[in-house]
Amino acid sequence: MSGKAYDVAIIGAGHNGLVAATYLARAGQKVIVLEAAERVGGAAVTREFAPGFKASGVAHILHALHPRIVGDLGLKLATQGIGTAILMPEGKSVEIGSDAAATVASIAQVSKADAEAWPRVMARLTKLASALGSFLTRTPPSPAIGANDFQTKLALAMFALQLRMLGKKDMLELTRILTMNVADLANDFFESDAIKGLLSLDATLGVYLGPRSPNTVFNLLYRLSSYGKHGMGGLFLPKGGMGAVAAALEQAARKAGVEIRTGAPVDHILIERETATGVVLKGGEEVRAPIVASSADPQTTLLKLVEPGNLDTEFMKRIRHLRMNGCVAKVHLALDGLPDAWKKRTGRMVLAPKIDYVERAFDCAKYGRVSDKPALEIVLPSLADPSLAPAGKHVASILYQYAPYKLRATPPDEARAQVLERTLAALDVLAPGLRTRVVGSEVLTPHDLEAQFGLAGGQWHQGEVTLDQMFFLRPAGQYQQYRMPIPGLWLCGAGAHPGGNVSGAAGANAAREILKSLKQRRAAA
Amino acid sequence: MTHVQHLKPFLRKTPFHAPMEALMHGNGWIRWMGYYSPAFFDSVQSEYFAVRTGATVYDVSPLIKYSIRGKDAARFMNFLVTRDITKVKPMQAAYTAWCDDDGKMIEEGTIFRLGENDFILNAALHQLHWLHESAYGFDVAIEEVSERLCGLALQGPTSRDILRKLGVGGIEKLAHFGIMETTVDGRWMRIDRAGFTGDLGYELWVKPEDALWLWERLFSLGDPYKIAPIGSQALDMVRIEAGFILVDADYIGAMHAIRPTQRESPFEAGIGWAVGLKKDAYFVGKRALQQEKAKGTSRHILMGLEVEGRKPAHGAFLYADQAAKQEIGLTTSGLWSPILKKSIAFARVPPAYAKPGTEIWTEIWYPKEKKIERLMARCTVTNRMFFDPPRKKEVG
Repeated sequence: MSGKAYDVAIIGAGHNGLVAATYLARAGQKVIVLEAAERVGGAAVTREFAPGFKASGVAHILHALHPRIVGDLGLKLATQGIGTAILMPEGKSVEIGSDAAATVASIAQVSKADAEAWPRVMARLTKLASALGSFLTRTPPSPAIGANDFQTKLALAMFALQLRMLGKKDMLELTRILTMNVADLANDFFESDAIKGLLSLDATLGVYLGPRSPNTVFNLLYRLSSYGKHGMGGLFLPKGGMGAVAAALEQAARKAGVEIRTGAPVDHILIERETATGVVLKGGEEVRAPIVASSADPQTTLLKLVEPGNLDTEFMKRIRHLRMNGCVAKVHLALDGLPDAWKKRTGRMVLAPKIDYVERAFDCAKYGRVSDKPALEIVLPSLADPSLAPAGKHVASILYQYAPYKLRATPPDEARAQVLERTLAALDVLAPGLRTRVVGSEVLTPHDLEAQFGLAGGQWHQGEVTLDQMFFLRPAGQYQQYRMPIPGLWLCGAGAHPGGNVSGAAGANAAREILKSLKQRRAAA
Repeated sequence: MTHVQHLKPFLRKTPFHAPMEALMHGNGWIRWMGYYSPAFFDSVQSEYFAVRTGATVYDVSPLIKYSIRGKDAARFMNFLVTRDITKVKPMQAAYTAWCDDDGKMIEEGTIFRLGENDFILNAALHQLHWLHESAYGFDVAIEEVSERLCGLALQGPTSRDILRKLGVGGIEKLAHFGIMETTVDGRWMRIDRAGFTGDLGYELWVKPEDALWLWERLFSLGDPYKIAPIGSQALDMVRIEAGFILVDADYIGAMHAIRPTQRESPFEAGIGWAVGLKKDAYFVGKRALQQEKAKGTSRHILMGLEVEGRKPAHGAFLYADQAAKQEIGLTTSGLWSPILKKSIAFARVPPAYAKPGTEIWTEIWYPKEKKIERLMARCTVTNRMFFDPPRKKEVG
């Protein structure tokens, strides 16, 4: 193959790759998406893990898919809104859902004060998070003077204005809590262990931090930003699993004229005369395109797909040192029936009974061990969508926090066995008899996520979501505008602003920047 | 006596220390990379004239030496440094700079290509960390070999004659920046034709255990050729005449600069000729240097300066006009050159003033009989290579 066969080659058909491809194709670009796996979706897939039993491979709850992207691409998704049940000892639970009165009543069982505070505090946090959330679909400004165009400057000004318009009290509150740890925040507003435990888990999911680590409030706000107008407004289970989201994105992409090739792993990015000019597939085939946009994580893209000798030393070091220590394992259980306690559990269940429980779980991770007593997030997607399991049978999809990628003395195989055993031990207390109903299982530790989904470090946000790795520092200072140092090479995945979750914002932002650069080039020519 | 522990001498002695100490008249020892190194032996003037008229030895053992070898060594070296290494053949040496991401010079030094994928890098400052960081992804083994080799710089018009006497076969054919390995008296020796004096000269590298043998042989054979040892003060004079820049004197290494603005690009440090922007491979800092070149953002260029009068202009302000209204830069190194009979200096001038022949002014303050006097001297911008005799590069 030679000549300019395509305008854009996109590496990876994850949700961000597909979103970027669709926007670019709609703008008239000839786009090819190259996916290593046999199907599209990347980390957003539904996979059969035991005969007849299916589960979302990595992410299992949808909340951050950006409404603008849903609208722009005309995505039609069947989803079911879900609430959260905080599981407590002795089989009790606190139910948090879309019915405000019921939520308050349920919290009142454990604390009247918390019941009164909950709607107020959460509304305020969501308001603060939404102010930050307005930047999800914008391009971060460059700290270099003169490097920002009018559009970026305007976005920054609007962002500042929006923060100011929160009012003095709220703006100060935002600056107070932004870098704080979630344990202190929870203690500021609540008294019950149940609520504090829930916040502890929500604030630490997906980061290698415990509830008492600074920065965890930021992660909580990051999550809450999707609970307002910059996300889906709550938690949802997609019908057909996360793979259905990928299928909808694939459909939109194909409709826009995107060519998608699965089973086409990229070996390296073709660099000629110090410019990216395409990619070379594992089989040796060259796919040429003047723009190469990678939705793989920054380490995979820049350290593996770019051959040594093309990037500067300090930049390489920054990329090598990105914090990518995945710490969540995914557990899928095939159940031949549900224990009584779970028969009506259509929502999300959370095992994080108090701050210290989550902190102690993190202590293990801190010293390179799988948590003895994990914090768990459990959903039973087959209750809402029976197609995920054979008739009358069920699937449990569980996040196990913490199972760190960087283990001190535990071999990965042993870690996998520990995750399964400790999950079952914890669940057997919550839902007696569960263990006997397990007919099949799958555990994906961060090592497995790396091997099977190409996520470096098993980090599913493609880099931990902490203040020092966000905004104009994602993936690295001066390289936050999706454009990588090598001309022609772009980043369009979660490793770039605004980061993880199934949101598509990184892909959409990258597409916008790519189109902007093409326009500038045309204007210059 | 533990409380005076720090007052005890702790510098190391190079393998040439004993014979040097025997010739040391005053206390001319200074510290160089943790070693005793001579600043002078007797008089700087006589050492200076020995370099320019006879032959001199200077102990270069404290230089830091890295061995870089392995499957990707050639590709890695080409990535690390600014020069085009594909044009340096095995058994050739090359002077080059290496830069950080922003194209600011970390240091400059000499690369010795011993084989296709076998290099020695000589540096004045420690570089191991940077080399390791830069080598990520390359199949290379980097090792500091400083103490496995010791060396003498044998420099001056009669240096070749001494090597011929020593019995180094083929020394006549060794071209400028060439390398050869030989055996003399059954002892291994590596010779390269390079140095810091700008004159005919060689660097002789031997194993530490052969150091005394080399010294004895050179001095017993070299007497008719006016062989003499020199220290760093005489060397500093001749290197300025030769136009060679020195780290910490004429530029600050990027890793040592306290303020980022103090870092300098090779263009600014006056060795733009060593930047292979056209080479067919990326190297660290290339994109930044391309930008600097394309946009013309070099802040200054280190040029040569001929100063009227006899006063050395060292660290002196430079002006566009005699009235000293428009300040344009500073001199870095400068001296009265005894052999050229003029005052010369290195000058950091804005690119607009960097054309040889440009007339500028310098303000020199100098002490005279317990008074400080001020002098405005007319200067001419020149190339830095003030002293460049044909014998430096002539073969045979």
